[in-house]
Amino acid sequence: MISADIQLVLPELFLALFAMIALLGAVYTGKDSVAPLVTWLTAGVMAGLAIMIGVGGPGAHTAFNGMFIDDAFARFAKIAILLAAAVVLLIGQGALERRGLLRFEYPILIALSTVGMMMMVSAGDLMTLYMGLELQSLALYVVASMNRDSVKSTEAGLKYFVLGALSSGLLLYGASLTYGYAGTTLFSGILGAANDGHIGLGLLFGLTFVTAGLAFKVSAVPFHMWTPDVYEGAPTPVTAFFATAPKLAAMALLARVLHDAFGNAVGDWQQIVALMAVLSMFLGAIAAIGQRNIKRLMAYSSIAHMGFALLGLAAGTVLGVQAMLVYMAIYLTMNIGAFAFILSMERDGKPITDIGALNQYAKVEPLKAAAMLVLMFSLAGVPPMVGFFGKFYVLNAAIQAGMTWVAVAGVIASVIGAFYYLRIVYFMYFGEEGEGVETPMSPAAWGFLMVSAGAMLFGVVNLFGIEGVAAAAAQALVN
Amino acid sequence: MDNLLSIITFLPLLAAAILALFLRGDDPAAQRNAKWLALAATSATFLFSLIVLAQFDPADTGFQMVEEANWLMGLKYKLGVDGISVLFVMLTTFLMPVTIAACWGVKTRVKEYMIAFLILETLMLGVFMALDLVLFYLFFEAGLIPMFLIIGIWGGKDRIYAAFKFFLYTFLGSVLMLVAMIFMFTQAGTTDIPTLMNHQFGSDTFSLLGIQVVGGAQTLLFLAFFASFAVKMPMWPVHTWLPDAHVQAPTAGSVVLAAILLKMGGYGFLRFSLPMFPIGADVMASFVLWISVIAIVYTSLVALVQEDMKKLIAYSSVAHMGYVTAGIFSLNQQGVDGAIFQMLSHGFISGALFLCVGVIYDRMHTREISAYGGLVNRMPAYALIFMFFTMANVGLPGTSGFVGEFLTLVGMFQANTWIALVASTGVILSAGYALWLYRRVVFGDLIKESLKSITDMTAREKAIFAPLVFMTLLLGVYPSLVTDLIGPSVEALLHNYHAAVPAGELAVATH
Repeated sequence: MISADIQLVLPELFLALFAMIALLGAVYTGKDSVAPLVTWLTAGVMAGLAIMIGVGGPGAHTAFNGMFIDDAFARFAKIAILLAAAVVLLIGQGALERRGLLRFEYPILIALSTVGMMMMVSAGDLMTLYMGLELQSLALYVVASMNRDSVKSTEAGLKYFVLGALSSGLLLYGASLTYGYAGTTLFSGILGAANDGHIGLGLLFGLTFVTAGLAFKVSAVPFHMWTPDVYEGAPTPVTAFFATAPKLAAMALLARVLHDAFGNAVGDWQQIVALMAVLSMFLGAIAAIGQRNIKRLMAYSSIAHMGFALLGLAAGTVLGVQAMLVYMAIYLTMNIGAFAFILSMERDGKPITDIGALNQYAKVEPLKAAAMLVLMFSLAGVPPMVGFFGKFYVLNAAIQAGMTWVAVAGVIASVIGAFYYLRIVYFMYFGEEGEGVETPMSPAAWGFLMVSAGAMLFGVVNLFGIEGVAAAAAQALVN
Repeated sequence: MDNLLSIITFLPLLAAAILALFLRGDDPAAQRNAKWLALAATSATFLFSLIVLAQFDPADTGFQMVEEANWLMGLKYKLGVDGISVLFVMLTTFLMPVTIAACWGVKTRVKEYMIAFLILETLMLGVFMALDLVLFYLFFEAGLIPMFLIIGIWGGKDRIYAAFKFFLYTFLGSVLMLVAMIFMFTQAGTTDIPTLMNHQFGSDTFSLLGIQVVGGAQTLLFLAFFASFAVKMPMWPVHTWLPDAHVQAPTAGSVVLAAILLKMGGYGFLRFSLPMFPIGADVMASFVLWISVIAIVYTSLVALVQEDMKKLIAYSSVAHMGYVTAGIFSLNQQGVDGAIFQMLSHGFISGALFLCVGVIYDRMHTREISAYGGLVNRMPAYALIFMFFTMANVGLPGTSGFVGEFLTLVGMFQANTWIALVASTGVILSAGYALWLYRRVVFGDLIKESLKSITDMTAREKAIFAPLVFMTLLLGVYPSLVTDLIGPSVEALLHNYHAAVPAGELAVATH
């Protein structure tokens, strides 16, 4: 019995063991000098695990009395998380090396955080949920302040930690209320306590607090305050990580909780999620207009994108979950490309974040500028870039669920948001002479920038088949 | 050739890809190669489109040469042409080689310039051929990207403001259309345009925030599409992006914008608004008619006081587009025929007028009317061609401009005499601003020192105008070339419209 359980958590176990062995190995050998090797190894292990999960058998299984769920939804999220984490490690390596920040702990912490995320998306119980979430967060607090000599980086780490602790508190409070009123921490048990479409007041409070705690992690308005500061303060390769895998993990976890535990109370959480979606879309669109710091700009951009993903979730249907997954997969791909570029921006060896530095960039580096152009239009959701299809799926799900007016609000926000993506294009292509910017890239960063831009361009043909996979994943979650 | 339409659509894109991948350097030889390749690709596209025209059967009112393939989420990749769209396809393929030839003098980033125009051609052709809502939207919106870059990179002094205004204005218009499209997808379960044309969307009056929406969902859908097409057209009062965009765009950009991109709005009305939401259109028709004639009179008056030649022609474009919308919403054969005719004719004439401005702008680098005067003394050939197109713009009988204006006015007269009365003052006003412009630029004594050495048109410039003169005259004296082609399709469109409306009026009356 226990062996079958362990078989199911093998990928998590393997990654955790790898992280510990790598940690010991690096400590006893060359320390920071083996950091590039550890980075490549970690990325390789993650990619290998992604493949292993990908070819693994279909169907849904549970382990440890239902505390751990392995279904198509979890597998979809895990593969995306593992691949995103591996790619971010690789694109960030060159930039970290140039800044002298490539410590061997970095890839190991990322690996541990990834283990946490894998637990999160497989959680079938409030305890697993909390353990995964904390493992993920603790590792991230540390890497946020990895640049110890920088006040901003330290501040980012501290801010992230304090607000993260607050959100954990909210989550725990909600979890204990839920436990108190449902009598169990198992999602399947909570689902039973909330039958016939209504949940009691106590459970409703539990639901609200759990949702609020998770909304911190996806940085949905009004729980978004930490995002711009942390994005700005953390070293850019770390920011790239924040913007990708943890967002998907938190979003998947939110979907898991809402559908698996509170699936009988869709009407109760639908309005909460829809409100957060609308607020996030508008705040993300409006607040970034005045930003000249590209990292803060990307922070607001990610808030707006989370708003769209939440809109899919708010639909409360299979189509909605599918739309959310497709949206998040596209979002990850776009952000990896955009950050591969952003983390290479520097002048005289110092990283710069002012978008004004991109003036006339297209004349110096036409190919990279073209890739960024594609990514920016994709982020803005202009067809034929793939970013448009993400929006299309989400809007379709929302309108099918009868939320036409929320969809109208969403598209208006996306027009406002288009302004700042266009502004980056404007600096690169129409700008006046400026001081210029250098973008030395490692082959990996260059490669993933091009792959990401190419995917945005050619995905229009069939989205690389992600539609069917996401549909199966959504089907597994909602039934 | 089963996939002729796809070949036509993607041939320019293929050429753009070849340019992007295989052409290196920015030396004069590379620039020349880029231009010749672009010209060859657009000309080949035109030749292929002639095959479409030859195979097209005007008597068949359905879609012809249809291609279909599955895409995402039950959407389809589906192309086809009917009597209405085939002419817009021809207009596009005909004008693109002319446009490419017109930017022969560009020196900066020539390769990228050609790529932008080639991509734009693919997207414009896609708009006119798409038979799937989302495919249409994709082409419709994607066209913003190359045009944004064309204005922003190769434009004039205030190009950045103009580029942003152009993009955001049109983007805002079209996202509402996107929501409406998804709503239609939800309601009808398909995005197939021919199927949707026969689908009856709900038209029961309901109350929204305390307002009675007569015509129900159809009216709202109509308004959402209207937001997009009215901006694209552009109609008063959402026309303000157009003068800015035109003034700042490079000559070739202005030509494409005026001659083809504006026609997407009118095409959209004919393809979506009338056939799919007849009751919504019926509810809104008189409103659209009135703002159309306001546009005609108001923008003509504004054109009178312009000091910039391009701005004047831009306002004149808005006025002429007013005839188009008024013609369409007259909802009778003459009106709709006239509107389509006017769109084609305006494509040739306004394109040519912007080229005329481009000719002297290339020489003097100013578009101020007051900087010119007496050009006829040094540039007789130019004076002649400019005269011809000015007259065509005014609507002189014998040119295509006359036929379009006359037919739309006949249509308007049947719909509402007052509308026709107000609109016909626009004819007088257009004579006013166009002839006055011509007098100030071309006639008078050549007193300006800077103009003393100006040279007449080169053979290349004359060659660019030749096809435009030919088409303007041909359609002016032989309009049934066009009306025979579009007639059956328009008749079917109006037949369906009038069949749907009485039923709807009954429904409105009972509420």
